[in-house]
Amino acid sequence: MLRRTVPILILASSGLLLFVSAFSPFTVGLQEIVLKWFNILAAVAFVLGAGNLLAVNLEQISSHRPGWAYSAITLAAFVGTLAVGMLKVGAVPNPMYPDVHFAGAHDDPQAPFGWIYGYMLVPLTSTMFALLAFYVASAAFRAFRAKNFEAILLLGTAFIILLSQTAAGMFLTGWIPEDSVFSFLRLDVIKRGITEYVQTAGMRAILIGIALGVAATSLRLIFGIDKSYLSKT
Amino acid sequence: MNDSDPIGTQPAQRPYSFLWIALFVFGAVGIAANAFIRPEGMARRFAAVTTEERVLVEEVPEKAPEKVPEKVPEKAPEKAPAPAAAGDAGGDAAAPEPAATEPAATEPPAPKRKWVAPTDPGIASGALRRVEGVTPITWETREVLKPTEVEPRKAELVAGGPVRIESSPIDSLGIWIAALLTLFILSFVFRDNPFYKIAESLLIGVSAAYWMVLGFWSTLVPDLLGALAPGFVRANAIPSLPASETPTMDAALAFIPLVLGFMLLWRLAPKGGWISIWPIAFIIGTTAGIRLVGSIEADLMRQISRTMEPLVGFKDGVVNGELIRTFDFWGSVGSVVGVVGVLSVLTYFFFSVDHKGAVGRTARVGIWFLMISFGSAFGLTVMGRITLLLQRFEFLFTDWLGIS
Amino acid sequence: MTTKNTEQTPDGIRGFFVRLGRLDRRWIFLAMGLSIAVPILLGLRFPEVPSPMARATFDAVEDLPEGSLVLLSFDFDPASKAELQPMANALVHHCAAKGHKIVFMALWPLGKQMADQAIKDVLLEFHGGKYTYGTDYVKLGFKAGNEGVIKLMTTNLAEAFPTDAAGTALSNLPLVADIRDLDSFKLVSTVSAGYPGAKEWVQFGRESMKSDAQLTAGSTGVQASQLFPYYPKQLNGLLVAVKGAAEYETLVTEKYPVDRNAGRLEQGRIRMGPQLVAHLLMIALIVLGNIAMIASRGTQGGAR
Repeated sequence: MLRRTVPILILASSGLLLFVSAFSPFTVGLQEIVLKWFNILAAVAFVLGAGNLLAVNLEQISSHRPGWAYSAITLAAFVGTLAVGMLKVGAVPNPMYPDVHFAGAHDDPQAPFGWIYGYMLVPLTSTMFALLAFYVASAAFRAFRAKNFEAILLLGTAFIILLSQTAAGMFLTGWIPEDSVFSFLRLDVIKRGITEYVQTAGMRAILIGIALGVAATSLRLIFGIDKSYLSKT
Repeated sequence: MNDSDPIGTQPAQRPYSFLWIALFVFGAVGIAANAFIRPEGMARRFAAVTTEERVLVEEVPEKAPEKVPEKVPEKAPEKAPAPAAAGDAGGDAAAPEPAATEPAATEPPAPKRKWVAPTDPGIASGALRRVEGVTPITWETREVLKPTEVEPRKAELVAGGPVRIESSPIDSLGIWIAALLTLFILSFVFRDNPFYKIAESLLIGVSAAYWMVLGFWSTLVPDLLGALAPGFVRANAIPSLPASETPTMDAALAFIPLVLGFMLLWRLAPKGGWISIWPIAFIIGTTAGIRLVGSIEADLMRQISRTMEPLVGFKDGVVNGELIRTFDFWGSVGSVVGVVGVLSVLTYFFFSVDHKGAVGRTARVGIWFLMISFGSAFGLTVMGRITLLLQRFEFLFTDWLGIS
Repeated sequence: MTTKNTEQTPDGIRGFFVRLGRLDRRWIFLAMGLSIAVPILLGLRFPEVPSPMARATFDAVEDLPEGSLVLLSFDFDPASKAELQPMANALVHHCAAKGHKIVFMALWPLGKQMADQAIKDVLLEFHGGKYTYGTDYVKLGFKAGNEGVIKLMTTNLAEAFPTDAAGTALSNLPLVADIRDLDSFKLVSTVSAGYPGAKEWVQFGRESMKSDAQLTAGSTGVQASQLFPYYPKQLNGLLVAVKGAAEYETLVTEKYPVDRNAGRLEQGRIRMGPQLVAHLLMIALIVLGNIAMIASRGTQGGAR
């Protein structure tokens, strides 16, 4: 009962409450309480993720698997950042309550925690995502093959968008007057037509399909038909 | 593979080693020249340091106007009170009689205390007075300046004022570290190497801890601890935490997310991981309840209504001063394209019917719409990815090397 | 860096393209790097013509009465800063130039720092004389909970954010002391990189806002495709990627120019210059890749 019935009841009652609250003003107060609990648990999930990171890396180090030194670096960075942040080391005092240490701003750029953000987290995160620019170029060269009509459609559209969203579009077709009969040949007009009509239609259909799927899945979960989450123990 | 190998080394491949050595030497010489020879240096940072000070003051209570002392009745409290007279003593009739014979003395409320700057006008005007025996608290705030910003800021400084400009080695070091970490990660495009792995490890550790700290201070402390122990939180972390009208009820309710939170963390335990199913069920249920309404409203009903637009469109115009409606050709084409597109793509995703005949042809049109959509999405994605790399190069050229 | 292929390689131009198809990808990476680095150093810039979507976003802010209450949600992190910080900066400048009262918040943990940067670089730099904290602008900071935060804000803002980012009770801040819920805002604008972001604001926030209230979004190029169906009825304005940022910057700085540190409101336009060369490279790579594929047909090898 504790492993199956109670979780099903918890899921059903919280889901139904949120659903009913969209239509009934009498349950809004309860909804606010439940949402507050949800936000708290979302923050606890950060702690869970950090705990999992600790567990995996500690295991890596203790078992001396190849590459365990990198796990040690991960742990050292984690513990250092955590200590500096949780203890608000070097935090800028709150001007209204300078005598209360933990009221200070630990994420101010001059505090150690803010320093870690500005000079470590920002360059690391930004550059990691910036690598994608190289791979999109490599993928364009190796994988984008116009082997059939559909692929030609895709590539042709990509060319139009790539040209029209830079100055090339202006150079190539910007000389065509906007109010002339041939204005539809301007790349910016074609781009607008593609994004506002064709792409919107395609994405709208996908959105409708996703919405139906979300609604069906949510109802299956709330009514206890889908119990797949129970097997994650 | 050697089990105690800490960095998982692989057999070295050194093609074109002479070229690489030459490249590194040239790069190192160039960077050294840039760093030491140029007057403004490379990656140098300065700081405008301001000294802040706060003193503890209390509000000076206003002098109460002089009143004629009232006669206080001397009767014992067990006798029934006399009928209220003109209203002077009506409010005091039911109050217990004070033991002393002199008039009741009401204690003035404790003056409010707060921390203010020593130059606060309230001190000079007498509305505030410093609390004796409390040491002022001073600290410094620092604003990072680039070398080109130093001279203009110096021109604004007041001699003897609280602001001074000084070199900032910690921020200069920070720029160097940021640049090196950027280069470490960019080195991955050549091949996987220990420098990239070090940077990757740092990223994982720092970001996990950073998110945990943010979640703790922004949500757990004010929302959870603030409900369970508001006095403690007010005294030690958030002095201005709003007071609840129902603190006991809030504390009782806060036990539920507290218990659920501990149950969620039980997932990490070697045994009894099933306990985390309760909070997970709560999270899934809440999400399902929110999304059920949100997606039906915004993604289903509204999108269907947007599709049901008139296929023949008109637009308003002015001809010879008269308002007229004319046929909007491109608007009508757009509406037709929209309806055809949505229906054909939905037909493509309807797999309960074989895609043959009319259904098959309609599904094929749907595929064309999807291909155009994905082509457009690719074009937009390329722009996004290039911008990310662009910004890193901007940082290296402008903030680190100072050449752009 | 090309590897030797043991199969038969045709001679002449066809052979050239066959060998090109086997090019080591690190040459492509180098070409991409140079196509971005060189234009940056040369300072390439081009004029921007605002699109209807950027104009709609501009009008959504411009048409509000001066001093309207505006909510800006910074739902991105440093990974998307290059695309989104320029549009966030322009948005803050536009709102401040119109004298709107601004409430800053974030649904992403690092979004608060993005908001702090926009406040420091734009709001206090160009409008610091007329903007006082607590009466003209407030920073609510980050709150965990994703769409749960938006949903809570639709009924009770003080439950979602009991204090501001510095720990001051909302009741002590005149600007937000009397705000009950999302209905109080004339404009909600999100600068969003993914989940939670613009989509969640449309799904959970839009329906609770007054019908005459505006909801606009700035989005990365990756996410923009999912948001097109919401424009223009559910999203009154949409800025797409750095191009949208550049167009919006053009509109804002034309109407409200600044007399110093103008570069802080030109980042989008600066970043559009190198885009031209990189985009042309992408087109060339796709064309060359396809030519190499055609040239390889009939030979034993093919493009790797």
